[in-house]
Amino acid sequence: MGYGQPPDEPETGAGSEAPASVEPLRQSADVVAPSATSHGSADPVVEFLLRLGDDRLVLGHRLSEWCGHAPILEEDIALANIALDCIGHASLLLARAGALEGAGRDEDALAYHRDAVEFRNALLMELPNDDFAFTIARQFLVDAFAFHAFQALAAAPDEDTAGIAAKAHKETTYHLRHSAEWMLRLGDGTAESHVRAQRALERAWPYTGELFAEDAVTRAVAERGWPADVAALRAPWLRTVTDVVTRATLELPDDGFMHHGGRQGRHTEHLGHLLAEMQIVARSHPGATW
Amino acid sequence: MTEPRDETNGLADAGDSQWPLWEVFTQERTGAPHEHAGSVHATDAEQAIQNARDVYARRGKVVSIWVVPSIDITATSPGDAGPFFDPGSDKAYRHPQFYRTPHGVRVY
Repeated sequence: MGYGQPPDEPETGAGSEAPASVEPLRQSADVVAPSATSHGSADPVVEFLLRLGDDRLVLGHRLSEWCGHAPILEEDIALANIALDCIGHASLLLARAGALEGAGRDEDALAYHRDAVEFRNALLMELPNDDFAFTIARQFLVDAFAFHAFQALAAAPDEDTAGIAAKAHKETTYHLRHSAEWMLRLGDGTAESHVRAQRALERAWPYTGELFAEDAVTRAVAERGWPADVAALRAPWLRTVTDVVTRATLELPDDGFMHHGGRQGRHTEHLGHLLAEMQIVARSHPGATW
Repeated sequence: MTEPRDETNGLADAGDSQWPLWEVFTQERTGAPHEHAGSVHATDAEQAIQNARDVYARRGKVVSIWVVPSIDITATSPGDAGPFFDPGSDKAYRHPQFYRTPHGVRVY
């Protein structure tokens, strides 16, 4: 739910492209402070990597919130493992984005010293965990996306990114196996788990469209020879999802209205709270190491 | 005489809060024996394999995992130690200990 967003905003319309002149972030005392007008990078490749890196970072943080609260000990460990994997991907992707940007921002500066308006994650990642069924459904839908996205990105012309994507694809293969198995157990489980799983799927579905949305950034990156055709990922994603949802005796939700905005920095009210928690230590002690 | 280890501390009727228990064996490299690493709770074999991987295989070197329902493991009880194991150690003529292991033969 982006604020101030007209209901039928097309992807190519106003607001989906970076402003004509983008001020680089000002640096002070090794801490990068955002300026009022900074909304992202002028380099579409950097923007593209920020999107993927922020996806993993925000999702990893949401998953880490289960630590100590999961329904059973083994699942607590599993979710923490997956969260660490996601944060690892974020670290590598953000580091690469910062390096390509060339403005002196490393992965820590990007993760801890940007405000919500500068984040480029899809809205699906920042939604609160809600119940275990929603966590699993969201994780499953994202894992299916990331599986195909990393597979495609392993053919990136930038060697570092290709390497990151290949490694991430391996780990995501396991994540997908884990969340898919849980979808089967919840969907084809008890009456309660079935209802919760179906409801979770319905709630998450309107946020999946954003994952495959083409815009000026993806087109610009594709022109540079990158495998950035995110729209083309939807077909294999839907095949993966349909297969598991069917076996889980669940129903595939209808495609209706799809939420957008995260890729342009227009986030839900949830991201601010998430970042406040995630960034408080680093911002309280900028430059600290241990 | 032989009982599987009771991990539920006598709370065999833990019911909803505990899933069946599985024993986990991990293999460090191809050809090595699988060694007992611990146990996990899981509803079925696939979940047991995944839980075992998350709990026991994330940090060390593991190339293979076996999981077995704990209930299927038959073990000797402490009371059997005497009749089962005692006579072995004081009969040197039963053990092949007078041979030197040739070079290159790996002893596990």
